[in-house]
Formats: sequence, C-alpha cells, structure tokens
Amino acid sequence: MTIQKSTTHKGLLTAVMMLSFTYVSAQPSTYAGPQSVLIKNGLVKTITQGDLPNTDVYIVNGIIQGIGQELSAPGNIPVIDATGKVVMPGIIDAHSHLNTVSTNEATSPVTAEITIKESIDPNDVAMYHALAGGVTTINLMHGSANVIGARNATLKLRYGADQFGLQFQEAPQTIKFALGENPTRVHGQGTGVQPRTRMGVERVIRDIFDDAIEYDRQRQAYLDQKEAHERRPNRVAPPVPVAMNLRLEVISDILKGNILVHCHSYRADEIVMLVNVFKEYGVENYTFQHANEAFKVAPELAEAGANASVFSDWWAYKFEVYYSTAYNAAILHENGVNTSINSDSNELIRHLNHEAAKVVRYGGISADDALAMITINPAKQLGIDDMVGSLEVGKHGDISIWSADPLSIYAVNEMTLVDGQVLFNREADVADARLDRAISYDQSFKDLQSEVSEAVRGRQDDACMEDAFILFESGLQTEQTHNH
Amino acid sequence: MTMNKKNNTFLSRSGWVVVMSLFLGFATVEAQITEKPQYGTFLIENVDIYPVTSDVIQGGVVVVKDGLIEYVGSNVKPDLTGDIIRIDGSGHRLYPGFIDSETQLGLNEIGAVAVTIDAAEVGSVNPEMIAQTAINPGSVSIPVTRVDGVTNVVAAPVSGLVSGTGSLIDLYGYTPEAMSIDQRAGIYINWPSSGKRGWWDSRSEKEIEKDYNEAIDQINELFDDARAYHTMWQAIESDELDAQPDVNAKMDAMRYLFTQDARLVVRVNREKDILAALEWATQQDDLSFVFSGVSEGWRVADKLADADIPVIATALVTPSRPSDHYARPYQNAGLMANAGVHVSLSTFNTENVRNLPFHAGYAATYGMGVEEALKAVTINPAEIWGVDDKLGSIDVGKHANLILVDGDPFETTSIIKDVFIRGYRIPMVSRHTQLNEEFLDRDATN
Repeated sequence: MTIQKSTTHKGLLTAVMMLSFTYVSAQPSTYAGPQSVLIKNGLVKTITQGDLPNTDVYIVNGIIQGIGQELSAPGNIPVIDATGKVVMPGIIDAHSHLNTVSTNEATSPVTAEITIKESIDPNDVAMYHALAGGVTTINLMHGSANVIGARNATLKLRYGADQFGLQFQEAPQTIKFALGENPTRVHGQGTGVQPRTRMGVERVIRDIFDDAIEYDRQRQAYLDQKEAHERRPNRVAPPVPVAMNLRLEVISDILKGNILVHCHSYRADEIVMLVNVFKEYGVENYTFQHANEAFKVAPELAEAGANASVFSDWWAYKFEVYYSTAYNAAILHENGVNTSINSDSNELIRHLNHEAAKVVRYGGISADDALAMITINPAKQLGIDDMVGSLEVGKHGDISIWSADPLSIYAVNEMTLVDGQVLFNREADVADARLDRAISYDQSFKDLQSEVSEAVRGRQDDACMEDAFILFESGLQTEQTHNH
Repeated sequence: MTMNKKNNTFLSRSGWVVVMSLFLGFATVEAQITEKPQYGTFLIENVDIYPVTSDVIQGGVVVVKDGLIEYVGSNVKPDLTGDIIRIDGSGHRLYPGFIDSETQLGLNEIGAVAVTIDAAEVGSVNPEMIAQTAINPGSVSIPVTRVDGVTNVVAAPVSGLVSGTGSLIDLYGYTPEAMSIDQRAGIYINWPSSGKRGWWDSRSEKEIEKDYNEAIDQINELFDDARAYHTMWQAIESDELDAQPDVNAKMDAMRYLFTQDARLVVRVNREKDILAALEWATQQDDLSFVFSGVSEGWRVADKLADADIPVIATALVTPSRPSDHYARPYQNAGLMANAGVHVSLSTFNTENVRNLPFHAGYAATYGMGVEEALKAVTINPAEIWGVDDKLGSIDVGKHANLILVDGDPFETTSIIKDVFIRGYRIPMVSRHTQLNEEFLDRDATN
C-alpha cells in the first residue's frame, strides 16, 4: 500500500518520495511523534460499533477525529487508500516480554519495588516483527519467578523512540503476580525460601498485604504527626520516624486500587484462592494471565468481575497445564468473563490475529468476539480501553490494515500505524529492520533448534521464566547443552 | 449432516468419561480416554474430493472398505453389498490426512516432567534407539492431534549426535505395532553447529572450531565403521565370508541406511552448516538423505535443489537472525519449493502438532501457494518416507487416512468434521473437547 499526498504538486512529491524510498530501503521508519493521516475507503472494523464498509478514518495529531464516508482533509495530510482492505484497531498483547533486557528479578518472593520500566530495550527488532503482525500496544511484563514480581510497563510500539518514549504514559500502572509451579520452584525448591507449596503462596500474599496495611497506618500516622509538628512545633511532639518502604508503598497502592494486578496462574484452585484473597482485601479489576484452568471456575471469575488473558492453544508443557483445553477462551467468554488472547512469545505475537481465529475454531464464538479478544478486551485489562482497542472518535490512531479478513490465514497485515504514523508498511518494507546494527550477521544466528528444542526436549518453562535460573547457572548449562 | 447427531452422542457420553477419570485420579493420567471408533464400509458421498495427486472432484464419492480406499469417483459405485455406513459430505471437502515428519508425539508427554520424556536417550551415538518401542499409544496428545486432521507423524528421538531411529505411525492404535507404518523411517542426526549454541555458550571461536572439527571427525569415523561393518555382513550373508564376528547393535542399526530402508535425516539450520552438510552428503552416495530444520535453507535453496535432497521445514518460528526480514520463516518453505526443492512441512512439536495445517497456511500465503503447501503436508512426506503407495493422497488402494472438513483445511476457522485412520472412523473426542463438554455450562446436568 502506498501513502499518497493529495496535493497539486503531486508529481514533485512523488519524485521526492521515490527518492526517499531508495534511502529508506536501508532503514526502517522510526517514530517521529503523533501524526495526521486520512485512511480512505476501507472496511472499518470498529470492534465496538460494528463493521463500516467503504469508510474513512481521519487521524489528526495521533487522535481519531473522524470516522465516516467521504471525509476530507487539508492537502498536506497524507492519504492512505484502503480500498479493498480491512482497517482495524492495532492489536494489543496483554502478556509479553518482547523487549525486556532482563525478565526476572528472582531473588525474593516479593519484588514489588522493582519496575520493568528500567529493563526496556528500545532497539529490539522484535518490536518491528510485532508491528509487522499488526500489534501496537503490549503489556511488557516481569517474569513469573516471584509471587509478587515487578511492576510492568504498558508500551506502545513506537519503534525508534527511546525507553521513555515507548511507554504508554496515560496507562495505569500494573504489576505481575505469579502462583503455582514457577514461584514454588524458584524459591521453595530452589533456595529453600517460602513458598514451596500453593499454601505458602497464599501466605506470602496475605502476609505482605497485612504488612502493607500496617505499614501504611504507621507511615501515615508518622507523616500526619510530622506535618502537625512542623505546623505547631511547640504543641505537637516530634514523631518517631517511620522509614519509607517502596516495596510496601507499592503493595499499599495495589490495595488502594491504584495498581492493577496481572497474575500468572494456571490451576483452578489457585485462581479461586486469589479471587477469595482479593475479595477479602477489596482488590478489584485484576486479570489472570495464562489461566489454563480458568474455564473450570468461569462462573466464579464472572461473579468477581475478574478478567482472563489466555493462550489460544498452548498446553502440556508442564504439569499444571496438562488438564487444559483450547476451548478455554470460548468457555470463559460464554460464561461472561472478559477474555483476551495473549502471546507471551516473540513468535506468537507476530500472528495474534491467527491465535484469535483459533477461538472461532475451538468454541465457535463469533468473528467479532474473537477480534475483541486481541483489541478491546486486553485494553480493558490494561485500563486503557478509553484510549485504544477500538476505532472511535477521540481514541488513539493505532491501526492495522489487512489485505483481507484478519481471521483468515491468507490475510496479510499491510500497514501498522501508531499515533497516526505508519511504522510498518509492507510495500516499503526493509530487509533488515534493526535499529542497532552493531551485531554482525555471523554473530547473530539463533539456531532453530534452540527455539524448537524446547518442544523437542521438553519445555521446562514458559517465557515468563527467562533469567530466573541464572541463580543456578551450572545447572542451566547442563540442561541447555544435553541436546548436543 | 447426519454425522452431526453422531458427534453429539459422542460428546454427551464423553462428559461421563471425564467425571470417571477425575474419580480415578492419577491412575488414568496415561489412559487414552476416548470413544470407540466406527469400522466398516463407508460411502462418503456428495463430497468435494481433493486427491492431491489429481484434479478436484466436485460432489464425488469415496468408498472406504477393509481400511483402504476402494473407490474414488464422481458417481456412486453400483455393486456395494452388505452393511454400508453412508456419510453425506454435502458442502464439505475430503482430503488425505496430514503428515508431520518430525515430532515427539507419543514419546514426550509433559514437557517439564522429566520422567515423561522418552525422546532423549543418554549418549552421543544412538542409532539403535528406536522411537517406536517408546511410543505411548495412550498419550493424551494423540487424540488432540488427530481430531484436527493430522493422521500420521514421525516420532523421532532428539539427543546427541546420532539421536536414534524415528518411526512413522498412524495416530490410532492400541499398541505401537498396530500404529506402525515404518518403524525405521529414518535415523536422525544433529549436524554439529559451527556457531554458538546460545547466549550461555562461553566457548571461544577457537574452541567452537575445535569442537566442530572433532564432531565432523566423529561422524566420518562412524560412517566409515558402519560402512565396513555392513560390507562385512553382506559378505557373510552371501557366504563369501565365513566368520562369526561380534554383533554390534549400533552398527546393525546403521545398516538400514545402506540398504536404503532408512533415510538419514540431518538436522541442520545455519547456512554455513547446511553447505558443509551438503558437501559431506555428496561424498555419501550410498545414503538417502533428508535435511530437517533448514531454517536458512532459503539462502542456499538452489544448492539444495541441485543436490536433490528433500527437506523438512517449518513456518511458525522467529527469524534465525535479527537482521532477517520478519517474514522469512513464513517464506522459507516456499522459497525452497520454488527453487525446486522437495519440501515437507513440520511443526517440530509434540502437543501442538495439530497446528500443522496452519504452518501450511502461512507457507501458502507467503509464496508457496496452496497447492504446493498441500503437497508439503501430504504426498511429499509420503514420498520422503517411501510410503506414497500407502499414504499422502486419495487414490484407490491407499490407506483410508482421510479428513472431512467444512471448508479450506488451512483456514484457522474451518472445522474438521470427521477423521479416518486405516479405515477407522475416529471419534472426534479429545481431552480438549471433553473438558469443553464438561465445563462450558457447569450447571447443566444429565
């Protein structure tokens, strides 16, 4: 697809653009801030308001200003002809480790003081590969080594921006929790620290919640007395200081509803456990990640208003996902649980449209509901559904444009826009999309076996466990090399 | 369609099986929880037949009898006698079952549970390790795979330099022998890599080169020995030589390579390594080669075509180098096929081998074309394994390994309605359908 300039100097501009294409062919386009663009005459899948044939989408400074027919824009606004194409919101992945530098700070069962915002690689070409699959927003998550891991970073794939520019600034803060085998293996079995069991996992959560409540009370009393003392030094005695504790501040923010929980979980029992704990402590608006057995407790999740973000069909890679079904998402959906399909994989993130289509195969939900699972539903889970996840006036100009129905295996994503800027254009695509080319061709080879060998040798972990076993490096070496 | 009713009966019964299995707990973990298949003479009519090796027949008829395809045509065969099970295929398509040439299906059960992993034996040279003996017919992944249209796989060992002998099986049967098509389909070797194995590989360039050269020497020595052993035994067997040498199980297993009964499957991915393996292969003119993996095969497609070595490739992986075009893994199979390479597609997986048709769909979309991609999951693998007289197309006399689909089988949203393996009409039931039946509406009662 080409971007045309609707201007009287069309010939000149075309010449300029052709020139720039020869130059651009060596480098991918990089983020340059919110842009204006008019997308003409596509089949617009709004997600929230149905499909609109032969419809234009007009984006001004990164925000959708109009959706309708025969829209016009000033001559200096680029026009994308989407005739015969499908225009849909950019895909949102509610579970990714796409461009983390490190994924797990596995040294303690609770590491709420850590943030993945300090572990973003802004040069990772995996972002471009995700853009090529139509993805515009991700939940860049901490791993699942800890019961309460780091705070996550909601990112917009503004390829070319730095680690600050990538952050979806208006998005609420989220945090990673993890139940089951991963935290019990890393801590209880790995270093002999509670939790080694699912009983221990619940206690870790309850204990830190209680600590945070007590801390918050003492800290607040101290701050109140400090303020009073400073106002009236002679009437109010100086308080005994209560040191600021970032870990407990963050936990306290969870309890106050300022931070949304995204909890790695698999088994129905542990899912219900957390529902009950959260009910007791008043935590709301949370999402179970993976949640392979969520289908077993779908009514409980629906009643609690909990969300689920699941794989389309991954299972059997560890014992806690052995009793899984690819019908998970459909069952959850039918029972009224807001459900998204995620990747947790730099491979799957490249074709989340295909992953969503599997929910139609396994459970027969409608095409619209399937597309909602990679757009508006994950947007709700990340608390950004007022800004992205559907095509509506006032929302961000984050868009993917497809050659055909995106649920078809023959559909190809042709363009991806973030904030109105085309950051992936199949027609003007570059062979080498890296921003940082310091690594040579020879050094960069990743053997297919290293990817498929997980399946080949038996996958030990999900992607969430990256870096978790650096602690036991010698053991890791043995494990990794026994294939050769 | 008449079979819909049949399917519903299966599904309502399956709920009970799940309930029972929950009571039995761990005892049933390895049990094949499913319904009985149907067997007999089947008349599948009004169906669009995609034979793969010949033109599509609209509204045709296929007769399945004694486990084989007895008739394929556009009109009902008149002289059918006895009990006939009629299946109305109106609005549906019939394809040969899909074949995945490199999986660990039946060998591995739960990835992270080491005691359930039988694909990786200790030791470096294990040609005598035969997958078939360790295939668990009760693997829960088997029904999950076949109800999505994959009827045959090669289960292959993975470890060491010479991993072992892979076996081609039907995904139906109560014993490994009953499932077997060819227990010695191929001996799988891991070509030594001239690169680092991963970020954790701390070897210097020199050490890597030394290790690589040692491994190549080891391969050469092994094949020299095996060749000598084979020649010796040929002489003994033809009474040219009177001797009673010690039997060597490893060398015995290698003999199947020289008799052309087993293929030598070389797992190799890196461009440089593919070229090295190609050079080595040209010096071994008494072996039938298959290259597997070949993630950088597109870089040397012409050379692979010239060498006339068939390949097993995949589609849904990330690019092998960060500098590669994002779509290269999707394109790899098509780029090789268009250069004239004989390509089969594989998932290289265990529990999600069911996704094979989607690998084909992506390869088709990104340059391979639907027709060639269809061959890459049917007749091409059948040819690789020398079983194209039994599998890979809908032709009279071949095994009745068939799938009935409500549309294009590569489309994610299509539904597989019926699967036949060796003439058995497989119940469309798996753990995944059973859990759906039980939990979709938890309050429903019988």
